[in-house]
Order: sequence, then structure tokens, then C-alpha cells
Amino acid sequence: MRRRLSLPIVLFACGLAGCAAFAPPQPWEKGTLARPDMQIDRPPLEAKATQHIYTSKEGAGGGYGVGGGGCGCN
Amino acid sequence: MNRIVFLLLCAGLAATGVAHAVGVGEAAPALALATAGGEPVALDKLRGQVVYVDFWASWCGPCKRSFPWMNELAQRYGASGLAVVAVNVDKKREDADRFLAATPAQFTVVYDAAGTTPAAWAVKGMPSSYLVDRSGRVVMVEQGFRDEQKAGLESRIRELLAAR
Repeated sequence: MRRRLSLPIVLFACGLAGCAAFAPPQPWEKGTLARPDMQIDRPPLEAKATQHIYTSKEGAGGGYGVGGGGCGCN
Repeated sequence: MNRIVFLLLCAGLAATGVAHAVGVGEAAPALALATAGGEPVALDKLRGQVVYVDFWASWCGPCKRSFPWMNELAQRYGASGLAVVAVNVDKKREDADRFLAATPAQFTVVYDAAGTTPAAWAVKGMPSSYLVDRSGRVVMVEQGFRDEQKAGLESRIRELLAAR
């Protein structure tokens, strides 16, 4: 019984150790993420226009989070 | 069985550990790189000088804005013992070359495409700059580049240069 319970735990622990091998990119490795075509949001001017339309047509605005490059410096 | 699970969990957690960030008052970690011309630049060779170490990349906007100011620094305080060393961390040298063609640098630029130096210094953001005093101690750590930082940094540099 004890053995049957432990196996999933061992697998889970192995999986967790596997997660540790994945390291998020370091600040100096974000060159690719900082590329304009890697941005989640639209170009700033377009995004501003879109938001303006939302605000004026739907009375809705905000909730877009924080935009900016991948360099963690904004 | 439980012991194995525990060890695996420990190993997993240990692997997530991060490098220790360089703090104020600590000895500056090693920096030994080369310029575009192949000239070696080592921080311990610059002992006795005040060194402004800056980590930059071509894809970082604030870095671009910091260059004219670093040029000014090198021009104004170079003769009185300030060395400005800018470490480029671009993966591709062409990116750095294009950046430097548009934003000329009148200070020492060294290259670390492998990223071992920023890893050793545990750089937290781009750009990051470190002010190192004549004895090789880190006196000031700045992340990002904002105009408000300029005055404080410059007065600190002047202080360090005055303290012989």
C-alpha cells in the first residue's frame, strides 16, 4: 500500500526537478524578447488609438497591464 | 522511499538557486574582457582608478540614452582618473556594431556575448551600472537609466575622485 502511494510522489518529485532545469532568461539574454515583433501589445501609437476607441465607444478602458520591452528596464 | 523523495525535492530546489547579486560595499567581481580591437581590459588592472562599469545591449532603449551621458563622463573625468567600461552583452556582434555606428562611444567598450560577466555580477536589469572605487569596492549600483540618476551619480563620482 505504502509503495503504491509513493510512486506518484516520486514521479512528481522527478517532474519538479525537471522544472528546475528550465531557467527563465536572464536580463542580459532578453535580446530576442525585446524585438518589436515579440511584443504582446500592438505598436504604442496603434495601441493608444485602439484604447481611445474602446474608451469612447464602450466607456471601457484600462486593464491592459503594463506594456514595454523585455529588458525589464521600463 | 521517503528519503529518495526528499532528496529529489532538495535537488530540485537547489537547482533553482540564483546567483548572489553584487551589493554596495562588496568587492567587485572579476571582469576580464576584450575590446573590439582585441585589447584586453581587466578590472583588477584598473585598480587605483574609479571605474564606472555599465552593462548594455543594442536592444535596450535606456542604454541608448545613457551613451551620450557616459561620453560626457569620460570626457569630463577621464583625465582625473575615471575609467568608463561598458560591457556589451549582445549575442550577435553585428547588433552591437550597428548600435555603436549610430551611437558613438568615446569610452572603453568590451564584449561578452557568452554572458559570463553579467552572470558573475548577477545583473538584475538592463542597463545596470556599478561604480567601483579606487580600491575595487562597489560603491553604487544603478538599474536602468533615468535622467534623475545623473546628478547623484556624478556627484558620487566627483567625491570618489577627490578621495585619494
